[in-house]
Amino acid sequence: MKAGHKFLLGAALIVGSVAFLITEGVRETGVYFLTPSELAQKTAQDPSFVENVGFKVGAKVVPGSVRRDAANRRIDFQVSDGVKTYPVTYKGLVPDTFTDADDIEVVVEGRLGRDGVIRATDVLAKCGSRYEAKFGAKKA
Amino acid sequence: MTLLGEFSLWAAVIVGLWCAVISFSGRWNGRPELAATVTRSTHALLFCLLAASLALWQGLISHDFNIEYVAAYTSRNLPPYFIVSAFWAGQKGSLLFWAVVLSLFGSLAQTLTPRRYSDLLPYVAGVTSAVVVFFVGVMVLSANPFDRLAFTPPDGRGLNPQLQNVGMVIHPPMLYLGYISITVPFAFAAAALLSRKLDTGWIHAIRKWTLVSWLFLSIGITLGMWWAYVELGWGGYWAWDPVENASLLPWLTMTAFLHSVMIQEKRGMLKRWNLGLIVGTFLLSIFGTFITRSGVISSVHSFTQSNVGYFFLAFLVIAGTFGFTLLYTRWPLLEAEASLDSVASREAAFLFNNLLFVGIAFSVLWGTLFPILSELVRGNKITVGPPFFNRVNVPLGLLLLGLTGIGPLIAWRKASPENLKRQFFWPVLAGLATLAGLLAAGMRDPYPLMALALAGFVAGTIAQEFQRGTRARMRMHQEPLPIALGRLIGRNRRRYGGYLVHVGMLIYFVAFAGMAFKREQEATLKPGQSVEMRSPFGHTYRFTHLGISQYEALNRIVTAGTIEVTKDGKSDGLITSEKRQHVDSFKRPTFEPSTEVGIRSGLQEDLYVVLAGVVNGTEEAVYRFNLNPLVWWVWFGGMVLVSGGLVTMWPGGGPTIRTRRPAQAGYEVALDGRTGGQADRRADGTAASAV
Repeated sequence: MKAGHKFLLGAALIVGSVAFLITEGVRETGVYFLTPSELAQKTAQDPSFVENVGFKVGAKVVPGSVRRDAANRRIDFQVSDGVKTYPVTYKGLVPDTFTDADDIEVVVEGRLGRDGVIRATDVLAKCGSRYEAKFGAKKA
Repeated sequence: MTLLGEFSLWAAVIVGLWCAVISFSGRWNGRPELAATVTRSTHALLFCLLAASLALWQGLISHDFNIEYVAAYTSRNLPPYFIVSAFWAGQKGSLLFWAVVLSLFGSLAQTLTPRRYSDLLPYVAGVTSAVVVFFVGVMVLSANPFDRLAFTPPDGRGLNPQLQNVGMVIHPPMLYLGYISITVPFAFAAAALLSRKLDTGWIHAIRKWTLVSWLFLSIGITLGMWWAYVELGWGGYWAWDPVENASLLPWLTMTAFLHSVMIQEKRGMLKRWNLGLIVGTFLLSIFGTFITRSGVISSVHSFTQSNVGYFFLAFLVIAGTFGFTLLYTRWPLLEAEASLDSVASREAAFLFNNLLFVGIAFSVLWGTLFPILSELVRGNKITVGPPFFNRVNVPLGLLLLGLTGIGPLIAWRKASPENLKRQFFWPVLAGLATLAGLLAAGMRDPYPLMALALAGFVAGTIAQEFQRGTRARMRMHQEPLPIALGRLIGRNRRRYGGYLVHVGMLIYFVAFAGMAFKREQEATLKPGQSVEMRSPFGHTYRFTHLGISQYEALNRIVTAGTIEVTKDGKSDGLITSEKRQHVDSFKRPTFEPSTEVGIRSGLQEDLYVVLAGVVNGTEEAVYRFNLNPLVWWVWFGGMVLVSGGLVTMWPGGGPTIRTRRPAQAGYEVALDGRTGGQADRRADGTAASAV
């Protein structure tokens, strides 16, 4: 029985550290995933959210809003969920799928500045029709 | 031809349903002809689905753009081998691919399983057929690859450029083969539970199958990393993306299972745990398919969002209920035959190893589902990314790495201090020497240091095993070194194949540790301008932008940027990265432009060049340069892993029979060469035909 107890102790240690690592990991690295409307709501409720809390915003790129400055690798655009619109500024390279055509969906990671502009640290384009070309008239 | 395809699908549903219903009803018990008909119906099922597949391929090859699937995934100017791979490039076709391969496995399981397990086979047929019926059912109800369009477009839309890659021709099938073949071990486990024949028979019957699916999963995952590395262009090979995680999950639990069955074979312990693992692995493979196809969690690898997900969710619930109810009702039959003697024993090491594998799997699952879970529980959608997965899994992975060295060498039942000293003195010294060497070389990062030191320790254990085994053979049989080494591996395939797999894992760990030191730089360069980067191995690279060229190729317009490389002042050739705009046969653009990364692979580091864009039509270009250490070793480690797996699986390396007396690990080598080896070979002759 003694061996069994010792084993249970070791097992509890492993299970405990897995649980600890998971909760700690979520607490330290978890990031809010918001829509622009939810972001507006959050900042209204809690003004300290501005500049201090990192988040991700999932929204569509406003068509025609993209301004690229290739030489400085800087890109400015607007994201919207149809209710709220936020300007975004990003310094870095965006993926191939990022365009302002066809309501491209993006995930912008960053913080909100006092001026109401999202300073992005990362931009992901998630093309809804990732591996399928748009097809005009599908069979009804 | 679509008519034939459609008809075959319906025929498959009928045959499969019949097989499943008769099988589960148990009415074939005591009626050998009916039992034989049940098992033979798996071949009929295969025939139906082969007919359907040929019909789809016929449509693809003949450019029948009236078929929606053909029009959506191919075009006239698509190279032939991509037309073949378009079969599994889309949701609908890949469902058919899945169904046909599963029915092939189902049929092979019937013909290749040795006769002495034949009373399990009708149940196995029922389970595999039921799963096939599910996949075909999803197709005919909501994702029929033979759907026709109301009109015939002059050309198809072509294949997504990121899928136009050799890796993408083989990576999905490999991963599917892994996912799909998990169904066979699950079917045997369910059959054992249904028939209440719960001795180790079912474990012997599926040993090769579990290895096969493990091997395919490993190859599929590695090829997936390679594809992500060369196609996605973000500079790495693993991003903890939900779909990547989904492929890792069944691999983790399957790996745990491969280890824990050894405990059941030798000691008759862990029966419930093993059944739980195999049911869990099957569920995770279905879960992975669900994630990939439903769009509930956004991912770079997923198919377009569709209602197919609901079917998978329903199936997941049904299969889970079925599996765990069976397990629960048979619980009392699964009493362990022995108990743990000591924590310092191989059993305990394997148990800890299993807990770690399952713990890692749980944390990956948790992190992947966290956005959904947090929204359900707290109303806030919270996501976790690579930092979370690294924080959690790096320490757990290092523990596991340590156990890789301890598990195979520590004695069964109870390790004596002499056993520990004899087995671990030199390996521990090797680990410490590695650590000292790295510290002296100036490395200070704790995790990579630990990873490499542990790798040194594990490499020490494996080298010692090979050295002792070979020396024993040389002494006993007067064989020269190469023959002794060859026969040592050949006559103990399971053991030394396993060590080779461990070597592969070690190489992975070392390569992963290397990525902690990657360098990255972005630059906007006019022709003639250059940037300089210093690599972690101390080399100085200078990248000079030579200029931009534009030309047309088969199905694309290419903008290429060329970089001249010098390494430590000496010329090191050119690297080209491209932006490709794919076009159809009327020169109309299809898809967004895609980037073709320029990669120069080396033993120390990869040079990874991405042309991010060109400034307003001039020759001024935006680049990203990465120096990625040790990436080549990931692919090499994969090859070692796979060859180790093949050695283990090779006919003749079958299960060791349980009656063998538990030996002290250190002496097992010598015994294997003579008496033990005999027993091994006898058992192998019969089990070898399992695959």
